[in-house]
Amino acid sequence: MSRTFSVGGIHPDDSKFSMNQAVEEFPIPKRVFISMNQHLGAPAKPIVTKGDTVKVGQTIAEPGGFISAWVHSSVSGTVADVALYPDFLGKKVLTVVIDVTGDEWLPGIDRSPDIKNEITVSPAETITKIAAAGVVGLGGAAFPTHVKLSPPPGSKAEYLILNGTECEPYLTSDYRLMIEHGQEVLIGGELMRRALGDVRGIIGIEDNKPKAIRYMQQLVENYLGWTVVPLKRRYPQGGEKQLIDAVLKRRVPSFALPISTGAVVQNVGTAFAVYEAVQKNKPLISNILTVTSQDPTIQKNYRFRVGTPVQEFLIASGAMDHEGKLIPAFTKIVNGGPMMGKPVSEPAGPVMKSTSALLLLTDKQARRKEEQNCIRCGKCAQACPMGLEPYLLYRLAMASRVEEMDENRIFDCIECGCCLYSCPAYIPLLDQLRIAKNASLKNKRK
Amino acid sequence: MTSILLYTILTLSLLGAILAVVLYFVAQRFKVTEDPRIDQVVAVLPGANCGACGSAGCRNFAELCVNSETLEKCFCPVGGNAVMQQVAIVLGKQASEQAPMVAVLRCGGSCDKRTRVNIYDGSKSCKVMDSVYGSDTGCSYGCLGLGDCVVACAFDAIKMDPVTGLPGINEEKCTSCGACVKACPKNILELRPKGPKNRRVYVACASRDKGADTRKVCSAGCIGCKLCVKACPFEAIAVTDNLAYIDFNKCRLCRKCVEVCPVHCILEVNFPLKKESIQNE
Repeated sequence: MSRTFSVGGIHPDDSKFSMNQAVEEFPIPKRVFISMNQHLGAPAKPIVTKGDTVKVGQTIAEPGGFISAWVHSSVSGTVADVALYPDFLGKKVLTVVIDVTGDEWLPGIDRSPDIKNEITVSPAETITKIAAAGVVGLGGAAFPTHVKLSPPPGSKAEYLILNGTECEPYLTSDYRLMIEHGQEVLIGGELMRRALGDVRGIIGIEDNKPKAIRYMQQLVENYLGWTVVPLKRRYPQGGEKQLIDAVLKRRVPSFALPISTGAVVQNVGTAFAVYEAVQKNKPLISNILTVTSQDPTIQKNYRFRVGTPVQEFLIASGAMDHEGKLIPAFTKIVNGGPMMGKPVSEPAGPVMKSTSALLLLTDKQARRKEEQNCIRCGKCAQACPMGLEPYLLYRLAMASRVEEMDENRIFDCIECGCCLYSCPAYIPLLDQLRIAKNASLKNKRK
Repeated sequence: MTSILLYTILTLSLLGAILAVVLYFVAQRFKVTEDPRIDQVVAVLPGANCGACGSAGCRNFAELCVNSETLEKCFCPVGGNAVMQQVAIVLGKQASEQAPMVAVLRCGGSCDKRTRVNIYDGSKSCKVMDSVYGSDTGCSYGCLGLGDCVVACAFDAIKMDPVTGLPGINEEKCTSCGACVKACPKNILELRPKGPKNRRVYVACASRDKGADTRKVCSAGCIGCKLCVKACPFEAIAVTDNLAYIDFNKCRLCRKCVEVCPVHCILEVNFPLKKESIQNE
C-alpha cells in the first residue's frame, strides 16, 4: 500500500506525454537574458558592466541579501547591456544581456560526463560550494539551497527527503533526470545528507513513474541510509508540507518552517545541481525543461542554458513561426505545469534557473468557463490539501475582512489551485486568495 | 383573582420605581459629556463616510475638528472649501483652504493606440490580473481596463468607456476622495488640482520604458524626448526614468508643452477650442 498525504488533494489528468523522450541538448542562442531575480528573496546585484567579456560559469552577480543567490553567466561572450528587460510575465526586471561568441568555459569546471563517486569535501565546504554555485531549489519556488541546508539554531534535521514526485501533470523533466542521471542525483543527495549531519535519506516518487522507482531502488542499495518511498499519485504531493505528511506522517504546523518536523525537502533537480556544483565545480547555469502540448510532435525534453528566450524553444519545436507568432492550434503558453504555472505574456522573455516546463494550450483548454454563483457544495474545502475553506476565504477576501481571513488561516494557503480546479461553478477562488494572502502578509509586516 | 392582579401590579410598580432610582444614579455616575458642537459639525459635513480626510468617518472627523486647536490639518476633500467654511463658522476657527482636486488617469492607451498582445480571461479584477502577469498589452505600466477603480468609487464618478477601454472620470461627481488611487494596482490614477476654471494640463502616461520600447507598444505613450521640458517657460516639467511629469504647483497652463509633444500624451482639459482648429473644422 503506497502512502500519500492525509488531507484533500485532486487527481488531474496525468498527460505525461514526453516521458519517453530523451533529454536533448538545446543549442546555445545568439543572445541570453539573465535575470537578477531568479530566486526567492533579495534580487542579485550585477557585478559586470556593459562591454565586459565573460566566460561560461563566470559570476555576473552577487547575492543581494541573506536570502539570495549568486548568478553565473551561462554562455561566453560580451555583456551587451545591464538594464531593465521584460521577463516572461512582461514585468520589467534587472537583466544582464550577453551576446554569445563561441562556448568558452571558465577553467576548473569539469565538463566530462564521467561520474565522480568519491566524496572528499567536508559538510561545511559542501554548503559553501553550493552557495558559491548559485544553487536554488529547482522544484519551482527557487529558494536558495544553502539557506535551507543550514537549519536555524534550535532545530535539528532528522530526514532529507528528495522530491521526485513531479505531481504536476505534463511535466517530465524530473523523471528524465532520474532515469538518465539517477546516480548523480543520488550522489548530490548524499552530499546534502552529510551536510545536514548524517540524517536519513528518503526519495519520494509517485507510482505513475514505476521505472524511476525501480531504478532508484536499485541504486540506493549501494548507499547506506537511503530508502525509496513509492507514493500514491495525487496532486499536490510535491508540495513540501504534503510530501512530509505523505512520507513521514508528520504535519507541519501553521506558521512553522518544515524543519520543525525534522525534515528537509529538496527536489531531485536540486540534488543534481548540488552534485555538479560540488563534484564538478560547475555552477547552476543549465537545467532540464519539458516543452509539451497535446500535439505529438511538440513533446520534448531539453537541457537548456539559463537565460535562453522562451520563443527559441517554441520556434525549435515548431510551435511558433520565425516572426514570433504562435501556430493557430495554440493560444496560450504556460511557464511551468498547468496547475501552478504562470502565463507567458512576453515570449522574448527568458527562462529561469527553476523553469521546468513550457506548456502549450489550445484555446479550448485554456479558456475559462463563465463564473457562476457558489452553491456551497464544499468541494473546494474537500480538495484543499491544507484543510482550509476556500469558499469562506473567498467571501472574506471579496469583503476585505483581513482579520477574519487571518483567523481562518489564509497564510497556510500554498496556492496549489486545487480549489479552483474542483469548483463546479468556476469561481476564481485562487486568484482572490492569492491577493488576499499577500495583503494579509503585508498587513503583518506593518 | 383580584388579589393576584393587585399583587402583580404592585410588585412591578415597586420594581420599576427601584430600578428607576438605580438607573438615575448610574446615569449620573457614568455620564458622558459630549461637546454639542460635534453634532453641529456632523450636520454640516457631507456624511459620505468615505475616509478621504484620513479619519474613520464623518463623526470621527468632526471630533478631530472640535478637538484640534486649528483647522490646519483638517480638510474634507469631499465637501471642499465651502463645507470647511461652514465648519469654521460653527467652531469659530480659521478654515484651511485647499485647491479643489480631481482624479486624473495617467494613461492614454486606448484600444486603438495600444494593441492587445494576448488574451486575458481570468477574474475580472485589475488586482488579480496584476498579480498574474504584466499586462495583456505590451505596456506593463498602463491601465489594465478591468475597472477596480469603478468598483472603488463610492460617488459613481468613474465609468468604463467601452470604446477606449479606459475609465472615464466624471469631474462633476468626483470628490477627490482618493479611493480609486488606492484601488489601482498600477498606481496610475493621480489627484491633481482642478485648476482655475477647471482647466488643467497633465501627462497621460505612466510608462517608464525607454522611448523606443514605449513606441513599439503604444502610440500614445510618453517617450521621454524632453521636448516639453525645453518648451516649458516655467520649469514645471521634469523627465525622470523616461517619463515626463508636470508639477502642478509650477504649471501656469500656458500649454506650450501640449503643442510640442510628438505623441500627444500631454492632455489639456476644459480649454476653449483654439481659433485655428475651429477654422479647420
